[in-house]
Amino acid sequence: MIPELGLFALVLTFCLAFIQSFAGLAGAYWRKPEWLALVRPMASGQFVFAALSFGLLTWSFIVNDFSVEYVALNSNTELPFFYRIAAVWAAHEGSLLLWILTLSAWTLGVAWANKDMPIVFRARILGVLGLINCGFMLFVMATSNPFIRLLPAALEGRDLNPLLQDPALVIHPPILYAGYVGLAVAFAFAVGALIEGKVTSNWARWLRPWTLLAWAFLTVGVALGSWWAYYELGWGGWWFWDPVENASFMPWLMATALIHSLAVTEKRGLFKSWTVLLAICGFSLSLLGTFLVRSGVLISVHAFASDPARGLFILIFLGLCIGIALGLYAWRAPAFGSGGGFKVLSRESFLLLNNLMLVVAAGLILIGTLYPLFIDALEMGKISVGPPYFNLVFLIPTLPMVLLLGVGMHSTWKRARWEMLWLRLRTPLSIAVPVALGISFAWGRPSVLTFVGVFAGVWVILSALSEVRQRQKMGRSFFALPRSVLGMLTAHIGLGLFVLGTTVTSVFSIEKDLALRAGDVVELAGYQIKLETLRNTEGPNFDAVEGVVTIRRDGEMVTTLYPQKRVYRVQTSPMTEAGIEAGWTRDLFVALGDDLGNGSWSLRIQFKPLVRFIWLGALVMAFGGLLSMSDPRYRKKRQAEAPAPELAEGTAP
Amino acid sequence: MKKMIAVLLLMPLLSFAVDDSEPMEDPEFQARYETLVRELRCLVCQNQPIADSNAPLAKDLRRQVREMLLSGSSDSEIYSFMTDRYGDFVLYRPPFVQRTWLLWLAPGILLLLGGTVLARTLRQRAAMPIDDDDEDEGAIE
Amino acid sequence: MTRFIAPIITLAILVGFFFVGLHKDPSIVPSPLIGKPAPVYELPLLLKPDETLGTEKLLGQVYLLNIWGTWCPGCRVEHGALLEIERQNIVPIYGLNLKDDPRLARQWLAELGDPYVATMVDTEGRVSIDWGIYGAPETFLVDHDGMIVHKLIAPINMQIWHEDFLPLIQQLKAAQP
Repeated sequence: MIPELGLFALVLTFCLAFIQSFAGLAGAYWRKPEWLALVRPMASGQFVFAALSFGLLTWSFIVNDFSVEYVALNSNTELPFFYRIAAVWAAHEGSLLLWILTLSAWTLGVAWANKDMPIVFRARILGVLGLINCGFMLFVMATSNPFIRLLPAALEGRDLNPLLQDPALVIHPPILYAGYVGLAVAFAFAVGALIEGKVTSNWARWLRPWTLLAWAFLTVGVALGSWWAYYELGWGGWWFWDPVENASFMPWLMATALIHSLAVTEKRGLFKSWTVLLAICGFSLSLLGTFLVRSGVLISVHAFASDPARGLFILIFLGLCIGIALGLYAWRAPAFGSGGGFKVLSRESFLLLNNLMLVVAAGLILIGTLYPLFIDALEMGKISVGPPYFNLVFLIPTLPMVLLLGVGMHSTWKRARWEMLWLRLRTPLSIAVPVALGISFAWGRPSVLTFVGVFAGVWVILSALSEVRQRQKMGRSFFALPRSVLGMLTAHIGLGLFVLGTTVTSVFSIEKDLALRAGDVVELAGYQIKLETLRNTEGPNFDAVEGVVTIRRDGEMVTTLYPQKRVYRVQTSPMTEAGIEAGWTRDLFVALGDDLGNGSWSLRIQFKPLVRFIWLGALVMAFGGLLSMSDPRYRKKRQAEAPAPELAEGTAP
Repeated sequence: MKKMIAVLLLMPLLSFAVDDSEPMEDPEFQARYETLVRELRCLVCQNQPIADSNAPLAKDLRRQVREMLLSGSSDSEIYSFMTDRYGDFVLYRPPFVQRTWLLWLAPGILLLLGGTVLARTLRQRAAMPIDDDDEDEGAIE
Repeated sequence: MTRFIAPIITLAILVGFFFVGLHKDPSIVPSPLIGKPAPVYELPLLLKPDETLGTEKLLGQVYLLNIWGTWCPGCRVEHGALLEIERQNIVPIYGLNLKDDPRLARQWLAELGDPYVATMVDTEGRVSIDWGIYGAPETFLVDHDGMIVHKLIAPINMQIWHEDFLPLIQQLKAAQP
């Protein structure tokens, strides 16, 4: 009965979302106050029933109801409680339900926040969000129903994919989806603005906090995925340029560009059509990622079980959604007007340059990811585009961007002066060069590119810090800085940490694959690593061989690691659980490979300097985003700059 | 039930492999070997380089690379040995040929395109009068 | 005006490509060996370990080369079809047993029936690399001159046999007096 109720709740959610979008869009068009009044309650109802539907599926997992096919495929009685809940979003159907719930939550937020937003405009945004959610609910009901019964019921479930039985992977999808789906808000704002035919400073001010929040979620989500890949896939790599990773990274780049472009649109009323286009593209790339991962058109480490019918559905939905938005864009955006001027050396120019580089970076990833598909579709054979390509081309736009960021942060709106910039930047510059030299020589002989990478990281951090000092000099204390500025600086410091970590880890990591017997000692980067013994152990749903590995430095004990090779009982797939000694300056990473016979085992031992800075940097960035978003000025009511297009009788736009 | 089996077959089965072969004596050979096995894509576990895959084919191909290195083959000979048998699909770094020129020139093309638009915008904007009062003073930086 | 229309045109192009891509399997890698001479090799036979067979000895006939192993589930799936093809007696089928335990392989043929004129043994997988094999079962069609005409990377079945292999074989036989 529970799963049927779950499906019923989903159908109700669909109806409410449909009423919401119809009442919102049609009510705004024909100016019907009684329709417009329906929109908010519908948004609330939509969230309640989406949560109910999701909760009922979760319930089926908790009680191990293997008469539900989706539960039987993704859970097991031996599966720990925590993972049984995570299993809800472990595969295609449930993760879509999570997507729907997340979109409902964002819709609820937009419906009840932004008190000074005109009713008509809010109705339009909610109308668009409702339509998007309707599309996804149709998709679930038509092709991916998680509530389908299995007759006869399975006695035991097939268990959760062992790769996903991990704490980081439990929270990774909800956070990532919060970001992915959050970009729908920006999309809806863009479509709303296109329908009304105008972009105002207020529009940007309403949208900025939403975009920052979605961006922060996306940042954490992508970082979590990377962290998980680092310790769980067992290779010690943290980014593989796999299509599934690229699918999450492209929207992130777009959202980053959007945040910066929105700043200009709000402050100066410039780049209106560009900002709207970015807002459309961000969510479009989310949809595209969904299509790529769920349709099977590309080979990926974690493609969902693919099905051409599903692929076709998403493709049509994607085409309609983005097509309508871009159609409106082609029709309405030319009338947005272009605003005032600025000098070549100005904050506006730097932000424009930032946008260009981010969009080029996203474009290159898109081209690289899709190129094999293009070639195949043109019957020109099969090719692969892998890390060697991406690592190379990604640097082309991003490295100059990071170097220029240090300058851009300090330039003023409309016009800046070189002398002024030099005055502010000479101190950070003169510190950054020796510090970067010190860091790049700490682990060996760096190449020029390595030095430039390290310098870029240090430079951005110091430049951001000097901005704080400048403001202090002007008599404002650190805490009196507006939160939006503090957030911006924090996020840039996070970026600097990230760049530093990335450069040092990729250049100075040491990796050794060895065959060891109990008692053998190897030397790695000044550490003595000894395989003490191997023993059998077991977990709730797996058996494992565990290595006991001691690490000493100059004879002094540093730590003991317990890398495991697990075999999960139900899916009988081997999994590597690495042993990691984490530290601020370096990680030591030990993974157990295969039994080579006669007592020797293969091990992969790695020394990874500054690898933590990669995820630390991402977290600091996300924190900066949240800090900026929390600026109280975003919530302060302002006078509308023009008579609000309220329900007064008048011409429809 | 049939659908269920299909789903199970498509489950990602990933685990990494440790290259258990002895490191080569010559560090230069070892370095070349490590680059080569990272740039060749495994055809069985299609999203791993042969360095990380524990598929039997990956193991055989690692052996092949090692033997060819030791017998004096150049890197390009080793790559063409692989592409002769498996096609360009095995190369994670696609070669610059007729069908990939767009891929390799993409950074240049995009930057050129973007740069032109940027230059034009900057020129137009710089020519516009700057009104010092048009700023939205209440705006959040 | 272009800059306002460009996005939707890009989208249309992308959607077009995706639509075509939906109907293709990205994981199947076509062999560059089609239209090229079969690699030169010589391998011992499974059932008569003292004898060998290879490209040169197989010249002058149209034949199928089927790669199999007892560890390969798809090989069990296609075995019935191979027996059926053998019964039709149109072309000889040679087997290449890949990285297998010879005892298990012999047992397999004894239990399931032997569709092969002869099965060669590639224990180390070296010849298989020359053939560009990456996933058993695979089936090659080789012509009189030892040229590789066609390759199937999947279990063979009667439908594939009739639609893909037979027309090619008839062409080859017609060309050769």
